[in-house]
Amino acid sequence: MVAALCADRAGLRVDPGKAYLLENRLGPVARREGFSSVGDMLQVLRDRGDERLAWAVIEAMAPAETAFFRDPQTFDVVAQAFEDLARRRGGQALRVWVAACGAGQEVYSLAMLLDEHAQPGVSVDLCASDISERRLEKARSGIYSQFEVQRGLSAGRLVRHFEKQDDAFVLIQRIRQSVRWRRVNLLEDQSLLGRFDLVFCRSVLGTMLDSARTRVLGNLSQTLAEGGYLVTGLGDSVTGLTALPGGVYRADAARQAAAA
Amino acid sequence: MKTCLVVDDSRVIRKVARRILEDLGFEVAEAADGADALAWCVTAMPDAILLDWNMPGMSGLEVLRRLRQEPGGDAPKVVFCTVENELDRIREALAFGADEYIMKPFDGDIVAGKLAMAGAL
Repeated sequence: MVAALCADRAGLRVDPGKAYLLENRLGPVARREGFSSVGDMLQVLRDRGDERLAWAVIEAMAPAETAFFRDPQTFDVVAQAFEDLARRRGGQALRVWVAACGAGQEVYSLAMLLDEHAQPGVSVDLCASDISERRLEKARSGIYSQFEVQRGLSAGRLVRHFEKQDDAFVLIQRIRQSVRWRRVNLLEDQSLLGRFDLVFCRSVLGTMLDSARTRVLGNLSQTLAEGGYLVTGLGDSVTGLTALPGGVYRADAARQAAAA
Repeated sequence: MKTCLVVDDSRVIRKVARRILEDLGFEVAEAADGADALAWCVTAMPDAILLDWNMPGMSGLEVLRRLRQEPGGDAPKVVFCTVENELDRIREALAFGADEYIMKPFDGDIVAGKLAMAGAL
């Protein structure tokens, strides 16, 4: 039932053979919702079809990105892409969207990178989205545990961009406030979000059903501005765009013209 | 093979670190205090050093200061590995020439990631 629910609503592929994953991910949801076990919770969901509970289950099953600056070579390519875009767009603000941002590590990695390489006259509009409200809330807070800040983040960046708050580490206000947040289901139409120069979608494509993946990639490509970049996970492959190293793809003018 | 010196007064920590570092392909040497660590370095400079802060006798910071004054002492990548987790402490370590910083407790992923950031992998 969980597999069907995740497939229908979010296009997620849940392996029915991995029962332990269900217990792992859904145990905390069941406790939070006041059920004595995952089984009890699923029984109630089956009987009553509670929409809010259904989404709590789907959100918990959706994978979350957990490291800062994951795949450093990708960020090198992205830094070049920024330079290229800044040059071509003149003084126009660059629009960046991090889709499926999880707990925020990826979009904040970008925010830190931009802060370190701030160019006069170049402004960047950073948007982040996730399917899970709970994760968006955590991401927006910018609060990370000692364990979390040691995954992918250098000591130099930690002391530059974070403050200590009791046992946790909090991103400084300037970085936190550089990001705008929004709940988005990638299966749905995204034309209202407008066009972006850079779209990140690195953690979820690999966990999606083939049909959902095709649809999401189609939706994401449609949000790319002319000459924009789509950044995927290293294992993902995208057809119809020009492949660069590090899972980065470039939308060229010809394709955009054909699609228009 | 690259060498890594583990400097920690806790035998348990040295053992845990040794296992992680050997899995990463390092040849591992151990020192239980600062004087021992510096003696190791004078004999054979390691490629990397995992360095505790609070030890009986010489502190990790003092070990680092003296190491950097030795001939060839600027070569090893030094990664602090300590329970000290205040940002000012980390700033201090970086100012003394540490390449990276690990806050205990750690796991294999953190050690591998930090050594990579230090350029020691």
